[in-house]
Amino acid sequence: MLIHRRKFLQLGTLATGSSLLPKFLKAFERSHGGMSGNKVLVVLQLSGGNDGLNTVIPVRNDIYYRERPGISIAKDKALSLQADGGLHPALTHLKTLYDEGNLAILQNVGYPNPDRSHFRSMDIWQSASNSNEYLNSGWLGRYLDAQCVNCSRPTQVLEMDDMLSLALSGNQMKGLALRDPKRLYETSRDPFFRDLLEAGSHVETGDPDSYLYKVMAETLSSADYIFEQSKQHLGTTIYPDTEIGKNFKTIASLIASEINTRVYYVSLGSFDTHAGQQAKQEKLFSELNDALRPFTDDLKSSHRFEDTLIMSFSEFGRRVGENGSGGTDHGTANNMFLISGGLKNKGMLNEMPDLSRLDDGDLEMQLDFKRVYATVLNKWLQADDQLILGKQFDYLNFI
Amino acid sequence: MNGYQQKNQHLWWRAGFGPPADKVPELPKVKPEHLFHDLLKASEKKPVFFDVADQRVNEMMMSFQSPDAAKMRALNPEEKLMIRKKSVQDIYKLNIRWLQEMTESPAQLREKMSLFWHGHFAAKTVNILYDQALLNVIREHALGSFRDLLLSVSKSASMIRFLNNNQNKKGHPNENFARELMELFTIGRGQYTETDVKESARAFTGWNTDIRGAFDLHVRQHDDGVKTFLGKTGNFSGEEILAILLDQRQTAVFITRKIYRFFVNDIVDEEIVNLLANRFFESNYDIKDLLVGLFTAASFYDPKNIGTQIKSPVLWMVGIRRQLPMELENPGVQLILERLLGQVLFSPPNVAGWPGGKHWIDSSSLMLRMQLPRIIDQSDSILTRPKDDDDQMMGMRDPEFPRNLKKLKSPALTMFRAKISWDLYLQNFSNTPDADLYAVIRDMLLQKVGPLNENTLTRYIDESSREVRIRSITIRLMGTPEYQLC
Repeated sequence: MLIHRRKFLQLGTLATGSSLLPKFLKAFERSHGGMSGNKVLVVLQLSGGNDGLNTVIPVRNDIYYRERPGISIAKDKALSLQADGGLHPALTHLKTLYDEGNLAILQNVGYPNPDRSHFRSMDIWQSASNSNEYLNSGWLGRYLDAQCVNCSRPTQVLEMDDMLSLALSGNQMKGLALRDPKRLYETSRDPFFRDLLEAGSHVETGDPDSYLYKVMAETLSSADYIFEQSKQHLGTTIYPDTEIGKNFKTIASLIASEINTRVYYVSLGSFDTHAGQQAKQEKLFSELNDALRPFTDDLKSSHRFEDTLIMSFSEFGRRVGENGSGGTDHGTANNMFLISGGLKNKGMLNEMPDLSRLDDGDLEMQLDFKRVYATVLNKWLQADDQLILGKQFDYLNFI
Repeated sequence: MNGYQQKNQHLWWRAGFGPPADKVPELPKVKPEHLFHDLLKASEKKPVFFDVADQRVNEMMMSFQSPDAAKMRALNPEEKLMIRKKSVQDIYKLNIRWLQEMTESPAQLREKMSLFWHGHFAAKTVNILYDQALLNVIREHALGSFRDLLLSVSKSASMIRFLNNNQNKKGHPNENFARELMELFTIGRGQYTETDVKESARAFTGWNTDIRGAFDLHVRQHDDGVKTFLGKTGNFSGEEILAILLDQRQTAVFITRKIYRFFVNDIVDEEIVNLLANRFFESNYDIKDLLVGLFTAASFYDPKNIGTQIKSPVLWMVGIRRQLPMELENPGVQLILERLLGQVLFSPPNVAGWPGGKHWIDSSSLMLRMQLPRIIDQSDSILTRPKDDDDQMMGMRDPEFPRNLKKLKSPALTMFRAKISWDLYLQNFSNTPDADLYAVIRDMLLQKVGPLNENTLTRYIDESSREVRIRSITIRLMGTPEYQLC
């Protein structure tokens, strides 16, 4: 005989209702009021190692066409940016943003002693470590540690996923991962969880059991809060029915609300194009492009585009020469997109990669990604970048 | 709680993967030192080696019977691709096979210790033969001499490739292995200089294996010049560097501290660690002897060490299978859980292994852990999806695994189809009066009760029959925060 789950659920809803909700919300709302006007960062992770050379194409470089006889993108197909660069043909909306002055591109971004393992290199980017050190926390998690002292829920950084990435995991606090505010809310409505929590609200001792109850309390409280916020601004803009489309739609609704979230983290992939690169990358870029258009439209109409910065990265770029399978293998330095209505410097911020000076067939890193992080933390999020990154990096001037 | 029950459960959880359902009646009666003796004895036998590699891969490698033939021949691209593709599948098989061993083997201490070494000597190559051989080396030496273990692991194809010793050549040293050897495998940070790293890297030049995975010193790539390492000077070989590291008492301290954190408490009692480290050092690195010291010390049963460890995903999952015997119709579902909960065997986050402790828990993993007992009981589907693993996918489609979940309409893959042997489980309560059922089950499942009380659970407990009541108490208790601890 099975246990009657439905019966439990009904009973639970009747018994608890929303009695727990105000207790969490009240104390919180007082201390964190509306956040409009504050800057928001959206990190877009292109997982799998996006091929930067076919993203921002060196259309006047013979070496590029020589090294990639099969998969290079012709000059007249690329979306012309300026003298020697062109965008992948699928990125039409990025071209529009570029023309509007809302896109900046950083080239040759990487780190010293690059690692070619996806996981390791992603770890380095997410934890902002050197390539020979191992950190158990991520840069945005440490940002949360600094921001969320004594706060009752870790909603300052949110990831659009079922699993939390290292990037959002701090030493004291951990961000929250969710795919859909409604689903998280429904899961968290489980009366069993609510009852456990009510019985278990006890003093924080730092012991593992109190840690578990604390995480549970934060999760349930955050789930209510995020859901309440998200449903107030369900815009009418139509987004494509893709994962990235849904995620951008959720983020847009939250940015338009009064939620205290400062960082959103969203991933798209896999860009690991060892074979048949052209079709794969084009498909992913089309998805990205079609989701990005309504997103920036929404941000503009809610007057948040000046306060929102979208920053893309990938764990590494790919080798300059194509391989034998119409693809490219793991490489090193790569480009980053910075999209915002509030950019100070726009367009191509630095030089195109120098294909005549390669390091064993790979691009040479010119710009440490941690300088980009430091800039964003300090100038955009008004955070202590030195504390979070463990070192002072020189700032850039794009914001 | 009755007699020795809590202490014995503590021992089962820490020295093994949790108390098995069929030993429940003995738990209050056996003296913990006797139980430990039994656990030790059950782990004495040499383990049965795993061999899950695809026949084609095995046959191809076996065709290089003589070492010379294996040395002469390099794999062509098609062979490499074939091995890679098969390896992804076979490593899943190996993963499931090991979980089964952890669940069923009486050699609990050996497998638990192997899990520790698997995280300590974290390596992954996506070559089934190499990864499988490394695991077998670890399982063989898990309770033996750390000296032998360190040497065998260092000479394994998996480690040599993972930390690039195969690219470490005279005149062009690659320091990766030498650095991690000191930082993570032996003496730990702060105990050596950059010069020590450079000099010892020279000693490991030429270390390689043939394509079957057998160790092979490439003499012409080996730098046999004079090196100065940790204050000693000589024409050191790699083996001699390992010996010098083992001469350092600090190696015993470093390893003992890590073992203490794994088995006893994340918060280290330095005094106890020092005592145990002395014992370990003086026994010439006898791992079994160290564990005897650790598990028979009265401090092991100190209340501050009981119910205060967050179970790793593997311990949590295997523990449920041991407490609640079940037949998994789709054992692959465990791989999805490993990913969602953050501990995929043979795929450690990096060479430092899994950080453990509070790192296991975030809002997503805690919610899933708390829902899962009900999902298992009702053969429901896991609704959350793991992230892709590009390192294992190699840009390929994986016919069996999560990448395709995005497109999957039917929840077949994520459905937890398990037949729980309730009859076996229920026998343990045949003499328990109705009034005591809750307390008895609670004391069996939870090592720390915390704020939980029966009233909280009452309305979730189905009273329609005694059997159903036991089942629902069990499933609910397994879904509490307290059950995440041992």
